[in-house]
Amino acid sequence: MYIGIDIGSTNAKIACIDRDENIKILLMKKTGFNSKITAKSLLLDAKKKFDESDNIIVATGYGRVSVDFANKTVTEISCHAKGACKIFDKDNLVIIDIGGQDTKIIDVENKTVKDFIMNDKCSAGTGRFLDVMSKTMELTIDEMCKIAEFGGGVKISSLCTVFAESEVISLIGRSEKKENIANAIVMSIVDKVATQTKRIDYKNKTVCLTGGLSEINFIKNALCESLNTDVLADSTGKFAGSIGAALYAKELEAKNEKFT
Amino acid sequence: MAVDYRQMWKELDMDLENHDNLCNVLPVAYTDIYLMQKNRPKAMEFWDTVVGAIHGIRPAELIEAQKKGQKVFGTFCVYVPDEIIIALNGIVTGLCGGSQFWVPDGEKVLPKSMCPLVKASVGARLSRTCPFFRIADMYVGETTCDGKKKAYEILGKDVPMYIMDVPQMKRPEDIVKWAKEISLFANKVEEVTGNKLTIEKLNEAIKIVNDKRRAIKRVYEARKNLDVPISGKDALLMMQIAFFDDPIRCAEMCNKLADELEERIKNGVSVFEKGAKRILITGTPMAIPNWKLHHIVESLGAAVVCEEMCTGTRYFENEVKENCASLEEAYLELAKRYMKNNCACFTPNDGRIDDIKRLAREYKADGVIDVNLKFCTIYDTEGYFVEKELKAAGIKCLGIETDYDDGDSEQLKTRIEAFIEML
Repeated sequence: MYIGIDIGSTNAKIACIDRDENIKILLMKKTGFNSKITAKSLLLDAKKKFDESDNIIVATGYGRVSVDFANKTVTEISCHAKGACKIFDKDNLVIIDIGGQDTKIIDVENKTVKDFIMNDKCSAGTGRFLDVMSKTMELTIDEMCKIAEFGGGVKISSLCTVFAESEVISLIGRSEKKENIANAIVMSIVDKVATQTKRIDYKNKTVCLTGGLSEINFIKNALCESLNTDVLADSTGKFAGSIGAALYAKELEAKNEKFT
Repeated sequence: MAVDYRQMWKELDMDLENHDNLCNVLPVAYTDIYLMQKNRPKAMEFWDTVVGAIHGIRPAELIEAQKKGQKVFGTFCVYVPDEIIIALNGIVTGLCGGSQFWVPDGEKVLPKSMCPLVKASVGARLSRTCPFFRIADMYVGETTCDGKKKAYEILGKDVPMYIMDVPQMKRPEDIVKWAKEISLFANKVEEVTGNKLTIEKLNEAIKIVNDKRRAIKRVYEARKNLDVPISGKDALLMMQIAFFDDPIRCAEMCNKLADELEERIKNGVSVFEKGAKRILITGTPMAIPNWKLHHIVESLGAAVVCEEMCTGTRYFENEVKENCASLEEAYLELAKRYMKNNCACFTPNDGRIDDIKRLAREYKADGVIDVNLKFCTIYDTEGYFVEKELKAAGIKCLGIETDYDDGDSEQLKTRIEAFIEML
């Protein structure tokens, strides 16, 4: 079995594929405090579902180096590119991946990374931003995105998560309607991500959304509108990194680099 | 045998206690970043020794020279012509400004949203933890950056400052204007040193500085080879120390290093694994001990083969015409050479893009990293053209904005590793 493990800042994912690149297993759990233990327990959970001892493992994500039992590590940028091409069955893609601590826009041609844009260390425009704001709003991220559809008319201007939170608090103090604040929060991330995407020539290419927020329809639709193009999403989108890593594991065997 | 420089630092009225904190961290960083490298050229021992007592050996020499009547000029930029100072028996020295250590002291008087190089320079002076900033008789600034211009006003309250007005464009009349600025500067240096400038002395100085440029160039030439005989980190260190060293010794040491590198090339010695990706770095200067980006790139298995920056090719490319007949001619020849430096303070600055493309070809770079210090608006803005033009020329390019502190190093590692995977 070819196994990809993606240790993200929020969630850890595992994907197992067979010789014919069929996706056999996809599992996810919170990364938590110790990513090494999380990676091991993901592997144990996955192994309960198949009995093969000959496995090749590639690790990716910010915690990739802590997966000391992996045969190789590859960055999440390369893995996302490969994984998304598989999920959406395309060779050329522009991938928008909204992750827990960073947002990546990846330009893929012929299944390889041509260029990418990543936010700097600031958390604006990332999943963490929504996470912090939803806590202030006393909602889950899903709930917040749902009610955001019914709001509008309010904007958050700060790009900094901390200052944006102060803005949200003053909106709450002003008794602004919850759905309007939720809308402002979600649109703030959509605007930021759309601006980043516009730095890449995405016209004439398929745009897709991966990462933890890819199943949230409101975000996907708002991105469609802002970019004036279709944005694809898939229920396995959050596993793109781990699927890509598993595909790298398969390549590793082909190149006979298994033990390097 | 380690020499104790504490008495000297005390006489320089330095803040010894705070300075100890700096002295304690540098050796640890240097061991991790430099001494752990495999198969370094033997000639790097000289630079190891210099860094080992970076605030001791050279400052002691400068103080000795001052006792014999020589004057020391601290400079901030490759636009200030060393030749004038050397011809008038003065000594040029670089100044501190490459560490986060000095940034908080700079922020006491400067806005937070200013580039770390300016904040660290001012902080190094005000905190009394840089001997070079205590020793110099005069500080020579220039108008290459708005942040520096204002910072010089603040420094000027504390030390004698002289400012050279660098043109903002590169029209023929701007070169004439810069020649005039150089002649005014010569008057000032005459006044400070009490010496009279002659064309013989200036021709001698031009030769000394050209020799230094040629020596450094030899080291860079060796980096063009497919087997890279020296790490980017070691080459950067040589470059950084050149700003502080005596120019004749600097040339001698660089030539010695180049001899060894040329020998290594003959024997097919490389400090990198076969197939290591070759990276050209362009952007804002890297003052010692700023080794952050080189260290990240080379820790990921790639090789830095060239720096298109002030601490790089801009320091040694282009020579000044030797054996000028008159001071006027020499001023103009100096102006011509210095105005070939492509700093982002000029508009337009297409020459820099041409340089990057040319150097990427000459050094056989697989990719270019454009790295700018945070809050350096001119380089940040120019990055738009750098990336666009390089991509149009089919050269892969990664733009990075970073600070002195290590808070973003994990993110940088991911980005740079992904960039290397992409090449």
